[in-house]
Amino acid sequence: MTQTNRIDAGGRVDRAQTLEFTFNGQRYQGLKGDTLASALLANGVDIVNRSFKYSRARGIVAAGAEEPNAVVQLGAREETQVPNVRATQQALYKGLVARSTNGWPNVQRDVMSWVGKLGGGFMPPGFYYKTFMAPASMWMTYEKYIRKGAGLGRAPHESDPDIYDHMHHHCDVMVIGAGPAGLAAALSAARAGARVILCDEQEEMGGSLLDTRETLDGVAAARWVEATVKELSGLENVTLLPRTTANGYHDHNFVTLHERRTEHLADTASEAGFAGESRARLHRVRAGQVILASGTHERPLVYANNDLPGNMLAGAVSTYIRRYAVVPGKKLVLSTSNDHAYRAALDWKEAGREIVAIVDARANPDGDLVRQARDSGIRVITGSSVVEARGGQRVTGARVCAIDLERFVVTGKTEELECDTIASSGGYSPVVHLSSHTGTRPQWNEELLGFVPGEVKGMISAGGVAGHYGLDKTLADGERAGREAAQKSGFSEAQITLPATRARRDGPACALYQVPHEKTALRAPKQFVDLQNDVTAAGIELATREGFESIEHVKRYTALGFGTDQGKLGNINGMAIAARCLDRSIPEVGTTVFRPNYTPVTFGAIVGRHCGELFDPKRYTALHQWHVENGAEFEDVGQWKRPWYFPRTVNGKKETMHEAVARECLAVREKVGILDASTLGKIDIQGPDAREFMGRVYTNKWAQLAPGRVRYGLMCKDDGMLMDDGTTSCLADNHFLMTTTTGGAAGVLEWLELWHQTEWPELQVYFNSVTDHWATMTVTGPDARKLLSELTDLDLDKESFKFMDWRDAVVADVPARIFRISFTGELAFEINVQANYALHVWKKLFEHGEKHDLTPYGTETMHVLRAEKGLIIVGQDTDGSVTPEDLGMQWAIGYDKPFPWIGKRALSRPDTVRGDRKQFVGLKPKDPSVVLEEGAQIVFDKEQAIPMAMKGHVTSSYYSPSLGHGFALAVVVEGRDRMGQTVYLPMPDGTVHEAEITSPVFIDPKGERQNV
Amino acid sequence: MSNASAREFNTVPAGNPGVESPLAWSYRQQKVSSPASAGVVLREKALLGHMVLRGGAIVLDEAVRQVLGMSLPAKPNTITRDEAGERSIQWISPDEWLVIVPGGEEFDLEHRLRESLGDAHFSIVNVSGGQTVLMLAGDHAREVLMKTVSFDVHPSAFPVGKGVTTIFAKATVVLRRASETEWELVIRRSFADYCYRWLLDAASEYGVDSQ
Amino acid sequence: MFYIHCPYCQEYREEEEFHPRGQGHLMRPADPDNATDEEWGDYLFFRDNPRGIHHELWVHSVGCRKFFNITRNTVTYEILETYPMGEQPTITAESEKLRKEQGVQTADGGWQTIGAQPDSRALNEEISS
Ligand SMILES: [Zn+2]
Repeated sequence: MTQTNRIDAGGRVDRAQTLEFTFNGQRYQGLKGDTLASALLANGVDIVNRSFKYSRARGIVAAGAEEPNAVVQLGAREETQVPNVRATQQALYKGLVARSTNGWPNVQRDVMSWVGKLGGGFMPPGFYYKTFMAPASMWMTYEKYIRKGAGLGRAPHESDPDIYDHMHHHCDVMVIGAGPAGLAAALSAARAGARVILCDEQEEMGGSLLDTRETLDGVAAARWVEATVKELSGLENVTLLPRTTANGYHDHNFVTLHERRTEHLADTASEAGFAGESRARLHRVRAGQVILASGTHERPLVYANNDLPGNMLAGAVSTYIRRYAVVPGKKLVLSTSNDHAYRAALDWKEAGREIVAIVDARANPDGDLVRQARDSGIRVITGSSVVEARGGQRVTGARVCAIDLERFVVTGKTEELECDTIASSGGYSPVVHLSSHTGTRPQWNEELLGFVPGEVKGMISAGGVAGHYGLDKTLADGERAGREAAQKSGFSEAQITLPATRARRDGPACALYQVPHEKTALRAPKQFVDLQNDVTAAGIELATREGFESIEHVKRYTALGFGTDQGKLGNINGMAIAARCLDRSIPEVGTTVFRPNYTPVTFGAIVGRHCGELFDPKRYTALHQWHVENGAEFEDVGQWKRPWYFPRTVNGKKETMHEAVARECLAVREKVGILDASTLGKIDIQGPDAREFMGRVYTNKWAQLAPGRVRYGLMCKDDGMLMDDGTTSCLADNHFLMTTTTGGAAGVLEWLELWHQTEWPELQVYFNSVTDHWATMTVTGPDARKLLSELTDLDLDKESFKFMDWRDAVVADVPARIFRISFTGELAFEINVQANYALHVWKKLFEHGEKHDLTPYGTETMHVLRAEKGLIIVGQDTDGSVTPEDLGMQWAIGYDKPFPWIGKRALSRPDTVRGDRKQFVGLKPKDPSVVLEEGAQIVFDKEQAIPMAMKGHVTSSYYSPSLGHGFALAVVVEGRDRMGQTVYLPMPDGTVHEAEITSPVFIDPKGERQNV
Repeated sequence: MSNASAREFNTVPAGNPGVESPLAWSYRQQKVSSPASAGVVLREKALLGHMVLRGGAIVLDEAVRQVLGMSLPAKPNTITRDEAGERSIQWISPDEWLVIVPGGEEFDLEHRLRESLGDAHFSIVNVSGGQTVLMLAGDHAREVLMKTVSFDVHPSAFPVGKGVTTIFAKATVVLRRASETEWELVIRRSFADYCYRWLLDAASEYGVDSQ
Repeated sequence: MFYIHCPYCQEYREEEEFHPRGQGHLMRPADPDNATDEEWGDYLFFRDNPRGIHHELWVHSVGCRKFFNITRNTVTYEILETYPMGEQPTITAESEKLRKEQGVQTADGGWQTIGAQPDSRALNEEISS
């Protein structure tokens, strides 16, 4: 197929490089330098999509980020699919494959029209809800087809072959947009010495200068762009980011930029020749000053059938002609409210195509461009507007009427003009989106007929977005912004001479948004306000009539400015229509809030490298290697990877978890086992007031604990609820080693600091984490002493090294600190060594342990063994609503301690002393084979009607190999008074388990085994 | 070996039992590469002595001058080093400093500091087993850091002699600018493998020399 | 993402290095044992939730591990000052009110600028989308 709309000269495309591409299955050719949109227009492709709601044929309207229709699904293969790409922003590359997003099954055929017809000619706002929500159960069925038909883009079903990454930046001045204002700002700030980042969403920097008719210093403006970009790229203090969209503007001048790094070259980074590099990069910029130079978007006029392919923005027509050497039609009618749009007609004429007429809503337009148009023989119809486009699949004509702006009516006679393209311009809307992300409201400027950015601390808006139109003003304002930003960053003024412009006089524009029609909005052919969301003028009118007066409500009722479009073309027109219907001014109606992201960002870029192996840190102990080599199955405990159990292979068959845990449990109860307990939190506490501090943060007493001794402690919040537990050893009078739960380590350290720094700064004490410094190995079981004695000279006799003692020793030639504490109920030694020596000691223990049948065990066995002893796990048996009293741990509550320790006062509040609190007990299922479900609810009367009165729940439940039956820990209302009573646990499948309330200690209630 | 107020403990064995740095596991998992032209160089400074010093700046300064012949950095986020560059003291917080010395020196240093500090209120904690130092250098070292930490690593914001505790990807790091060309990353033992993997990944596009 | 000046590190750090710990300047009753249930309940559970100036307790958890206070505008998210434990704020809701009465321009609850006229403000209250 030939590029019928390509012109022979001009443009910034490389005619020597032809690129093949595929759109909706058809093969086409474009040129290097094209966007997908310009290449489609060059090939005369009119229909690029079907509309969201009415399934109407749609063509390309704009040339940039504001394009509402040409939203495509990109990607040659399943794994390279990218949804919601704007064809106007996608550079053409060889082999590009794209499809219409809303094209199922075919853009040319109107499959969705039945939906449109259901609602009659006009689908009112809320149509989908009103029509399809009854019966509600069917919505799921309808929705699938409507969504598929409407087409919202789709994610790939295969893994993405590309990688994405993040980069953090800091700069003095972040310039957003590299048009005339942005370039002048960047140059001015950079020459002053500031650290500058300049980003621009397009392939090339330059913005409007790349297609302007105006000259700078008497030559094409693009020449100044080239020179400026060249200078900036040579400066060490400048980072240039083309193809990079500023997508979000967050608190305190934090800006996120989405850089497309290889997407303009090929389907994947490796096909583009950048294997191993990221396809897209999210830059996270903390800027001293932000210069917002995002320019303006042209507003289309809202007239009947303004969505037919062939209706375009006037500025886009100029851009396609001058930048891409594409004339998107043969016969043009231009409908405008301002002078600037006239350049579309001039460009069109110079490209050698027919310009039928310029229709100007103003009575007496007289600016320089108007004169130029008249002088070149173009017919100018004044006081009129295109009120309706004619045509089916493409514009075939325009109906022009005289209009009365004041009374909003059509006057005078109608004229039918034959044409295939209607360009329209209702003025320019500053691109205030980013400023709006910060929460500031745009300000209405009556003179500009547009909203300009509100005030944001640290932001300077420059050029078009600030309402400075005209090249000379834009450049000067950019230079001023750059200078101010550099000064605010502490740099002095730099010398910069702006290029000379030729003065052009523009006449005043008139306020025109919706164009009046002979019929009411409801009866006239559809006048589209938001093309992407299919919102019409009639829809907005109806919404206001149905009582939606707030623009935020109108937005939600009609979908105006929703989704990926974020109201770039439609918002101001929508507000203007709402204002007219409500008989208010536009500023009284206000604007809705624009939210990040400005244009869609791929999930890949948001995730960056935080995926796969690097999704979250995996924390390993010093013994990890051994666990892996010995076949451990791992359990995630927070970020830690802890051995869960060590399955053995018996007779060629790998043990199940149940089998392995049963074996490990019995090994500890009968012989000796070993656990890697290195993940326990450990906090070194030093200072003369260390002991006093311990007394204040623990519920129990610490005044008498002698060096060489260890004590178990409970820690509450000031509401009396248990927050952590663990043992603390007195190393010396002013020196303690506290252990915390694995998950509580960081939180407890911060907790201690909180109380020290905010409540008791007078106490002389320091806390430091030593969790990673020490590796901890628990050797436990009746043979533990026998084994350990082979590796140390320390006297392990029960009289000289008592239960709850600690000693310094040397184990397997390594200095060690041994604690005689037990979490299993058996004789146990917790050996701490400096972690770098841990693997050596562990291996030595196994060398000697073989004859004792030393068995490594994991967290599952640890849980069974501690539960058999009724030992709690904070966070499993407690949930932030459990007091030490509830747990039956009165022995660990020092009510008579002198200082009102944390949690004490709350233990006498009415709620914590009420009689019907849940108390910690054991449960023995009546059926020994039953292992109750953790979390199962407990009731006292199984015959009662649903909803039953729930009286407690199971907190821990296991099968005990030592007891030969299942057992559980639970909290039950007044549980301690119900020993021996039967309770019931109704399950979702209808079965009801019976269990007896028992003491939570199932094995060795007197604690003799750990004391041998 | 101990005084009444605090318990000293020499964790270094007298003999020569097997010792492994926090990165031993990672080295066995990851291919070591040393391409001809590497944009990034990664080396572990393994098995050093790491101590955390807490207390008032004035007393601690006097003690480290006496014992180490170095002054305590009083300015936030700065580091002082001895002439050989082997011993360093880093400001961590208004009452906390990180001392790094050649491996094996830490216990003697702790002992002498305790003697020198006498009855003052202070704490000294040996954390040598809990962390290690990774040296990062090469033409693209700064880009690797920009992919990793949100702190500003531009020379104007991060001169030689500066050190900060900050976020490293989803872990934490003590990041130090050791010289014009070298960065030091003090990383925690249990996060060492994650940090190492992250760095290899971030540096891969520039070519990594990991020895 | 806030950019927070740590009064101890004496430089700005990214928000991810910090943890917020709720309302600042909370006082634990000096004599808990003799505090009434109501006083203790107030201390435990009741917090201010102002629109505008708020004093908060934060900790530089990945950094110097020190707690400090932030005076923050809960509407604009502007951080007006940070100061160490034990110090009092120099900017308070009262001082801001005074400044305004004296005609000093300050940010006003997100309505830093006029997007909609005050009389239609209710219609334009932000709703999350
Ligand atoms: Zn700090």
